[in-house]
Amino acid sequence: MRHFVIVGVLVIIVFLATYFGLTALKLMPVEASAQSIVVDWMWNLDFVVMCFLFALIIVPLVYGLIVFRRKKGDTSDGEYIEGNTKLEITWTVIPLITVLVFAYLGAYSLGETMAVDPNALEISVTARQWSWQFDYPEGFTSNELHLPVNRQVVLNMTSLDVIHAFWVPQFRIRQDILPGRVTNYRITPILIGNYTVMCSQLCGTSHSYMTAPVIVTSQADYDAWVQSQVTAAQAAAAAGGPANGKLLVSKYGCLGCHSTDGSKLVGPTWQGLYQSQVKLSDGRTVTADQAYLVESIVSPSAKVVNGFPDNVMPKTFGTVLTQSQINDIVSYIETLK
Amino acid sequence: MKKFLTSALVRGLLWQAIGWLLGALFVTGIRFLMGMNPFDQFFFTEPAWVFGALVGAISFVAGTGAMSDWFKWAKGEETPEHREDPPGWEKYLNVSLDHKVIGIQYTVTALILMCIGGVFAMIFRTELAHSGLQILTLQEYNTFMSLHGIVMIVGILVGVAGVMNYLVPMMIGADDMSFPRLNAFSFWVVPPAAILLLSTLALGGFDTGWTGYPPLSARAPVGMQMFFMGVAVAGWSSILGGLNLIATVLRMRTKGMTAFRMPIFIWAAIATSIITLTATQLIGLAFQMVMFQRLLGMGFFDPAKGGNPILFQHLFWFYSHPAVYVFVLPGLGLISELMPVFVRKPLFGYRFVAMSSLGIALVGFLVWAHHMFTSGMNEYLRVPFMYSTLLVAVPTGVKFFSWVATLWKGKVETPTPMLFVVGGIVVFLLGGLSGPPNATVATDLHLHDTYWIVGHFHDTMFGGYVFPFFAAIYYWFPKATGKRMNETLGKIHFWLMTPAFLTLTLLMMRVGLLGMRRRVADYDPALGFDNYHLIMTIAGYLIAISIAIFLYNLYMSLKHGETATGNVWNSRSPEWQVPSPMPVHNYDIPFEVVGEPYDYGLPGSVYVRFADGGQSTKH
Repeated sequence: MRHFVIVGVLVIIVFLATYFGLTALKLMPVEASAQSIVVDWMWNLDFVVMCFLFALIIVPLVYGLIVFRRKKGDTSDGEYIEGNTKLEITWTVIPLITVLVFAYLGAYSLGETMAVDPNALEISVTARQWSWQFDYPEGFTSNELHLPVNRQVVLNMTSLDVIHAFWVPQFRIRQDILPGRVTNYRITPILIGNYTVMCSQLCGTSHSYMTAPVIVTSQADYDAWVQSQVTAAQAAAAAGGPANGKLLVSKYGCLGCHSTDGSKLVGPTWQGLYQSQVKLSDGRTVTADQAYLVESIVSPSAKVVNGFPDNVMPKTFGTVLTQSQINDIVSYIETLK
Repeated sequence: MKKFLTSALVRGLLWQAIGWLLGALFVTGIRFLMGMNPFDQFFFTEPAWVFGALVGAISFVAGTGAMSDWFKWAKGEETPEHREDPPGWEKYLNVSLDHKVIGIQYTVTALILMCIGGVFAMIFRTELAHSGLQILTLQEYNTFMSLHGIVMIVGILVGVAGVMNYLVPMMIGADDMSFPRLNAFSFWVVPPAAILLLSTLALGGFDTGWTGYPPLSARAPVGMQMFFMGVAVAGWSSILGGLNLIATVLRMRTKGMTAFRMPIFIWAAIATSIITLTATQLIGLAFQMVMFQRLLGMGFFDPAKGGNPILFQHLFWFYSHPAVYVFVLPGLGLISELMPVFVRKPLFGYRFVAMSSLGIALVGFLVWAHHMFTSGMNEYLRVPFMYSTLLVAVPTGVKFFSWVATLWKGKVETPTPMLFVVGGIVVFLLGGLSGPPNATVATDLHLHDTYWIVGHFHDTMFGGYVFPFFAAIYYWFPKATGKRMNETLGKIHFWLMTPAFLTLTLLMMRVGLLGMRRRVADYDPALGFDNYHLIMTIAGYLIAISIAIFLYNLYMSLKHGETATGNVWNSRSPEWQVPSPMPVHNYDIPFEVVGEPYDYGLPGSVYVRFADGGQSTKH
């Protein structure tokens, strides 16, 4: 009996010490979305049970190892206890009830994170190896995700190539992004600040670097930003030429694979590319004239540069971009001496 | 040296190379005749590499002679029932039908594979010690990370097969497995599978992780195909081994060994074998479908052709989740098996522990989609899979409670095997407790694909199998060799590895919660994880050192170990009632089971009685 009392007291002490000790370490990032509060509520319930069970097993285990260790010279066996049916049924049934309660709570909290606001702001997200593109309802495209605080947003996401995933740790929610389908990501930002969206489904070599800024601002700042983007897009489209090309290559993620400063990324650099001699993987050498640049954007597999992999660049730019946009991009590349 | 060069292993390797070349040339020749491009980036084209790999793997097994009895039977020739093995080390490099030799072959192969997988881990762990890229390119990082995963998984599968092969026939009083030739075949497909997996390094690597999700795996270099082929070939071993083991336990138990008088490890082995026999096909199927998508343009998982990438994930996890129970059930069985010996008390609640193994195995078939909570599968499916996943906690909890109750009021001794048993319980407890937040879907939306998960499954794998595996090696080493392993080195191994491992996995969980993704070669220094990663890398090196000490101990004990031919652990199990090393056909005198397996502390109780009147050691 004495053993049980000591172990019981120790279990409570270890439980409380583990729970409060670890919680004081701030295990989670800040809560920046309404959904993160629900997730953390569920996490906390899980964590209480985890710490309790930890204490419940570890304390008698360590206590037993110390108190019931064999004394020197003792060759006798331990007490003959084969089992105790009542006890065994107890430690089957109580956990069974506990997990059923937790499954219910898990379903409840999942439902809370999925709650739909019919007035949610809709933004389209396009993921590709290895960049993000955000298309706003006002008709402009950005590679930063700006969101107004305290308004639900739903991201309609699709991928141009492999599976990616949208994860912002401070929002707590994660959703895979599939090619050929649209998946939704629904959150309500509640904290103004700068965050980062990270691709969290292995998507190839540069997976580590597939990140983009997520900027949560006040509604007024958001409106001002939207206005400035709309104006800039209109001005660039009106002006055309290299200025618009520069805008387009950054928005469509070209710079994820092609550098403008001569460094080697997944694709060939653009610096000094125009009018240079390019060695192809089939052994031919061609001049990078305007026709070559247009062809390489529209059908990237037609001429693959020696030393670079085929089938990495999306083959959809011929339909995604208009002819004049392609010409603008080419005219921009021509300026990179 | 001559014995080595003429051994089945060397013959097999030679035949694999020849078969691979001939298969590749065959396809290349056909392509040439059809006017298709015969050569490619890695000399041969992808179809040539794949066909060559298949021919090479079969050639290896045929070249070793593991199938020669079957060929003879097909021709109508008689072969002897038993084959006598040569006395020395060379029997381990040749085809043997003895389950003990095969068990040791498996175990040594497992240790080699796990060391290779460990070296891969140390390479990329070094890269991760600091943010930025230091020693690896992105493609190299992904290849080493992916290979670490699959080589460790195959290594553990082989280790499980090793321990089960060695122990099960001895524990149930059989002279061998039901199908000794099938048993040899099951082992000899493992080396060519391992070579296929490692050949990915020479063929461009693969950047998909061990999960090989399409469409990414449909775009990876040729190395991807060698990975698929290697896993498929290793799968034959699992399926046939499981079949053999179930048949052995059902048909070959000695007189009196009823279901609830079997050593508890047998229950675990049966539960594991049910899974390997019935689920392994699904991963083979999933990988084969991607192979065909790449080779023949069948768009199973290609959305542009109406395929569905999520289908792959279902097929893949239908095996790959139960697979983790293939690893942990035998490990937990070993813990239940060894604990009574070292606390000198009966296993608490034998029947509940036995049923919990079957319970975990059966529920384990119904939980696979918890790997896919964020995948975009039908949203309502997440709730039933959450219920089934959480249910696994119940039989797992039964095991923990039983172990603690077994320890209670025992006479606890802690030689090296018992240290690893206790270490296994503690580490597996952390693995188990970090599981429920992954099951309650809302929290998993944050935890999925982070280092939290990495920490979680390393704890379950190490606690669930690696620690018990070490315990088993220290415990049964005298049975296999007649010598004891060095106790001091064993304790150094334990006390170095355990704290380092706990540090490593707890820090993994810590950074995972704070926002560290899995499978990244680099991380933003602004996240502030540099110091954590440096400590993790140091902990990784300490584990590597402890393993080096273990291997040194293994070698030295084999050469100069203290002789131990008797019942060194004072166990009631039948294999310890005869002298070590075990005779060739196990029990020269058959025995009968007349009592309960774990009645330590019950005066005068007997588990087994030999036909000549000798009986289990008195207590």
